[in-house]
Amino acid sequence: MLETIWFVLWGVLWAVYFMLDGFDLGLGALMPVLAKNETDKRVIYHAMGPFWDGNEVWLLTAGGVTFAAFPATYAVMFSSLYSALMLLLFALILRGVAFEFRGKVDNAAWRGLWDACLWLGSFLPALLLGVAFANIFMGIPFDAQGVYQGTLFTLLNPYGLLGGVLFVLLFMVHGSLWLAIKSDGELAARAQAMAKRLWPALVGVAVVFLAATWVSTRLWANYMSNLALWVFPLLAVAALLYNRLAMAQGAWWKAWFASALTIVGCTFFGVAGLYPNLLPSSLDPAFSMTISNSASSPLTLKIMLGVALVMVPVVIAYQAWAYYTFRHKVTEEDLAYEEY
Amino acid sequence: MDVLMLSRLQFAAATFFHFLFVPLTLGLSVLVAIMESLYVSRGDEDYKRMAQFWGKLFIINFAIGVVTGITLEFQFGTNWSRYSRYVGDIFGSLLAIEATLAFFLESTFIAVWIFGWKKLSPKMHALSIWLVALASNVSAYWILAANSFMQHPVGYVLRNGRAELDDFLAIVTQKWAVLEFVHTVGGAYILAGFFVMGVSAWHLLRGRETALFNKSFRMAAVFALVFAVFTAINGDLSGKEVAEKQPSKLAAMESHWQTKKAAPMYLFVVPDEKNAKNAVELFPIPGALSFLAFGDFSAEVKGLSDIPPADRPPVLLTFLAFRVMVGLGTLFIVLAVLAWLKRKKLEQNRWLLTILVWVIPLPYLALQAGWAVAEVGRQPWIVWQLMRTADAVSPIATSQVAVSFAAFILVYGLLGLAAFYLIFKYARKGPAPLAAAEGR
Ligand code: HDD
Ligand code: HEM
Ligand code: HEM
Repeated sequence: MLETIWFVLWGVLWAVYFMLDGFDLGLGALMPVLAKNETDKRVIYHAMGPFWDGNEVWLLTAGGVTFAAFPATYAVMFSSLYSALMLLLFALILRGVAFEFRGKVDNAAWRGLWDACLWLGSFLPALLLGVAFANIFMGIPFDAQGVYQGTLFTLLNPYGLLGGVLFVLLFMVHGSLWLAIKSDGELAARAQAMAKRLWPALVGVAVVFLAATWVSTRLWANYMSNLALWVFPLLAVAALLYNRLAMAQGAWWKAWFASALTIVGCTFFGVAGLYPNLLPSSLDPAFSMTISNSASSPLTLKIMLGVALVMVPVVIAYQAWAYYTFRHKVTEEDLAYEEY
Repeated sequence: MDVLMLSRLQFAAATFFHFLFVPLTLGLSVLVAIMESLYVSRGDEDYKRMAQFWGKLFIINFAIGVVTGITLEFQFGTNWSRYSRYVGDIFGSLLAIEATLAFFLESTFIAVWIFGWKKLSPKMHALSIWLVALASNVSAYWILAANSFMQHPVGYVLRNGRAELDDFLAIVTQKWAVLEFVHTVGGAYILAGFFVMGVSAWHLLRGRETALFNKSFRMAAVFALVFAVFTAINGDLSGKEVAEKQPSKLAAMESHWQTKKAAPMYLFVVPDEKNAKNAVELFPIPGALSFLAFGDFSAEVKGLSDIPPADRPPVLLTFLAFRVMVGLGTLFIVLAVLAWLKRKKLEQNRWLLTILVWVIPLPYLALQAGWAVAEVGRQPWIVWQLMRTADAVSPIATSQVAVSFAAFILVYGLLGLAAFYLIFKYARKGPAPLAAAEGR
């Protein structure tokens, strides 16, 4: 029971992470096409500035909870995905630094350097997270001892890459919608048009991904045996459709929330299909890391649950307050801040 | 080189680099919070400009601390997967609690502080930097409690082929954790104190913004003095703890080979690790080692020769690092006393100001040396007498680690250059003029 609760929380943490960091990763990946001049770029940085770090901590917590609640899974997953994770980490490093360093030297080459880091640090994590999760859904080749039998390129199989493209598109739509909310004038119009233009591509890739999931993974087994689980994929699909409707009405906040729900639905779709596995082995299902063979002791799970039940609502409360405090559109005055 | 060696080098490079930036974060957040509170309570614009000037340096430094921390958290899984499996039940939960308790708070409120100058009331704004300071120090406690478990494992049982949690409070409140925390944070505050004194001295030497930098200097001088004394005292307590619980580390710290009663301490020693003796031992202080280790001039101190070679840590590095730390610790007390005595007539004591500019790197060196003592001296154990470092490493391809290690060196090297360039640039530039500060 405790293991199942932690499995659900594990899924929730990843879903919240993708929902929050998704918009700033997507926006960073789109900056080169959305921004036509220096002012546009600064508006984009400011649209993410107060939020990205707090969003990224959800990734840390998702990783930390994997370690705390399912240490054996953490060990096998992170060592198996070694090269992909290292790439992800370096990308996130360059990105995090770009936010703080870009405005500190008044020189076009300096800014260009950090803009490139922001782009790479946004696009690559979006892609890699998608590749990683698609591979987790499908299972990766590790043996009874949890030793990985593939290479980085094993992960770059068609289904994995499809997952990567899906994440990139999900996040890009999410990011464009965020900019549509946070900016004004031409830039906002461009962001709105971008969201509308990416939407059909997202639908197309999502359909292909669902079909490929049927062929390449065992996720559907759970759906066949438990019809209630269908709520997750249906939620994702409904939110995706509503998203377009909201865009057509110019209701950008609604569209953004719909996009957030799509991401959450997609994550749960995968996670619910995995249960009770956390990381299936593609060599032999008997090697898979599951909630029962990789969980921490009941005492650890109980203490962690206590901490989570008290602290996570507090975190959500002050993060919501911070979002509320910085909810307005980015203004000229905000942009002047850097020269203090 | 094999996976083990590469993983050790990579982990050491990554932690040392993280810890180049972390101490200033720990100390300067507190100083900036004090400055801003003084502004709120006294309404003196100088304090606001101080908070903004030092706050800018804080942010540049903070950014690197954040991004380099993430790689550390993930490296336990990527490079030390067998370790993670074995102690994850305990160690993983400490890291996860650290993230939920501290990192969320810190990352959210640092952004509120940076972007909130005009959006929040001065009180709320000052509160947000206090929350950042609190959170970073809380995060230090949890990570150091985790490290203390590796130094002195308590509160666990061996069950199901791993170490499982038995007594959570015993782990979180053990003496080792408390000592490691006060000592590390004390050292970090020394560093922040000397940093602020040094940068202030640079400006005072040039006669710029003297009122503002005098205030900064005085505040930092008190801070540095208090914590220089404090850190030396609890460092001695740490030493006694090590003597009791990790005799092999103590022996390596002192390069002490033969088990002896009333063991002397030599002021000058050249260790000869190969022949298990010291090549040179000069200026003995009779009984001093026994006294420092056990508070008793005649106590017996175990020598390295009585420890099987396979269980001995690298002696030379541990020994040198310990000497460097203690030597510098003594120097800091002397300098902090001088700075405090002369705090009211700084501009007449240009020699002191000049010295203080040049010693800015030394607390960095002392902190790194301290960690080298703690971590290298713990070898060959990753968890003291429970798991060997060699048994902890991930079963992964050497080439992967070689590539990632090279990438670490390259990326961290460049990042370090960029960060120090910016810190230098903004430290020299000085605070914004009054009018600009009022505008926000
Ligand atoms: C400015 C920094 C600084 C200064 C001046 C000192 N230390 Fe220190 N020391 C550290 C910074 C530090 C540290 C980096 O924070 C360490 C590493 C692990 C720890 O707990 O603190 C450390 C570790 C450390 C250890 C090893 C503990 C372990 O194995 O976990 C001992 C025995 C001492 N110190 C003793 C001293 C003594 C007797 C000092 C007398 C002046 C001293 N330190 C000054
Ligand atoms: C930030 C300050 C720290 C520094 C500078 C530092 C430095 C080092 C060094 C030099 C080693 C290698 C020792 C050797 O191989 O001989 C090492 C090992 C290690 N340290 Fe730390 N450390 C720090 C803090 C921590 C903390 C807080 C933890 C745990 C929470 C930790 C966990 C480890 C682990 C897992 C190893 C294993 C690898 C090994 O023993 O070689 N370190 N560290
Ligand atoms: C190997 C051990 C360590 C790990 C795994 C680790 C982990 C982390 C992580 C993940 C972050 C980024 C947090 C964010 O995104 O906001 C971070 C930052 C930080 N760490 Fe470490 N750290 C280690 C060692 C230390 C030590 C020894 C200290 C202090 C004594 C320390 C204190 C801090 C502080 C003050 C920050 C500042 C930025 C922040 O918390 O956001 N860390 N660390």
